Amino acid sequence: MSEIVFEQVTHRYDGEVVLSDVSLRLAERRIGVIGANGSGKSTLARLVNGLVAPTAGRVLVDGLDVARHGREVRRRVGFVFTNPDNQIVMPTVREDVAFSLRRLRLDAADAAARVDRALDRFGLAELADRPAHRLSGGQKQLLALAAVLVAEPAIVVADEPTTLLDARNAQLVERHFAELDQQLVLVTHRLESVESFDRVLVVEGGRIVADGSPAEAVGAYRNLIR
Amino acid sequence: MIGSYRPGTSALHRLGAGAKLVGLAASVVVIALLPEWWMLLIALVLALLGFAVAAIPPRDVVTQLVPVLWILLVAAPLNALFSGWESAVEMSLRVTACVALAALVTLTTRVSAILDSVRAGLRLFGRRLDPERVGIVLAMTIRAVPLMTEIVRAVLEARRARGVEGSLRAVAVPVMVRSLQTADAMGEALVARGFDD
Repeated sequence: MSEIVFEQVTHRYDGEVVLSDVSLRLAERRIGVIGANGSGKSTLARLVNGLVAPTAGRVLVDGLDVARHGREVRRRVGFVFTNPDNQIVMPTVREDVAFSLRRLRLDAADAAARVDRALDRFGLAELADRPAHRLSGGQKQLLALAAVLVAEPAIVVADEPTTLLDARNAQLVERHFAELDQQLVLVTHRLESVESFDRVLVVEGGRIVADGSPAEAVGAYRNLIR
Repeated sequence: MIGSYRPGTSALHRLGAGAKLVGLAASVVVIALLPEWWMLLIALVLALLGFAVAAIPPRDVVTQLVPVLWILLVAAPLNALFSGWESAVEMSLRVTACVALAALVTLTTRVSAILDSVRAGLRLFGRRLDPERVGIVLAMTIRAVPLMTEIVRAVLEARRARGVEGSLRAVAVPVMVRSLQTADAMGEALVARGFDD
């Protein structure tokens, strides 16, 4: 497993403290992050991928400082956004998955084989030549996940990937997340999604207010919102 | 172009995107120079034969050509009024043949193949242009069309729901704001996918 380390991390946005003095060491296979809207959990996720840099402190992924080695970190950390429409860059399904491999400079046959495997795995093979904008919400999110996994990252960070989906598609997407071999950091509002996780963090007001097993953390969160 | 591609194994499908683009450009120039209506008719028939060779279903051909027929419905009578009916017929045949050929290329060529050939073409400019970057910009431009359509549709729906259908500002401001938000989010996604320079 990879190791994600937060060393006294503070992040400010527009003068407001979004995360405050967070210190963590995350080495578990399944890590859940729960909390209210605006609590700072999405910022926590973005820091792992280097999408935002800490105002103070350091975030390390396998010893690499995300602020200084952003590109190397992003090769190890795949990021799935809430809204797949914002993540899909290319016009068709196959092209979008293949887009993730451009920077890896693979030979054409290897790249095509990896794209085909990713499409197969997420049930997108038959939709390969379909325009991405004509997919359903669930299919779009699976496409976003396929586009991340085709690059074979060691860690997948997902920021509320099921928030915009109906119950059936949310379950479908979660089933695929559950089957991932990668280390997973899942930010979610669906408390049942993290029931089987190894560790769950509760973020509130920019601080980690609970950190432990799913039962402990979800219990603490329920008390918090009661 | 967005989602027009129809998979197939015909000779036209197998032909390289670069060759098809060059062929299209050359054909358009030739069609523009044809002086007689019957020559233009032959060009249009040849273009339509291309659809048959590529085994494109007639419905897809009609879908591609109907928009230009709507335009001709307005343009042809105007042309006839000012330049005579012969000119109107020639203009209609000329435009339809060119659009049919362009549709034939987009129906038989993946967007990625077109972008790859554009990139290859740009390499001829040496170091003055970054083909990879231009290719991504073109791809994102194509991708942005359905995104923008969706934004405008949602804003128009919201405007109707709130009973301010006459207000232009009620469309322009939210479309602008949401477009900028989407651009921001796509930029972030590009960085997350390794395109961070």
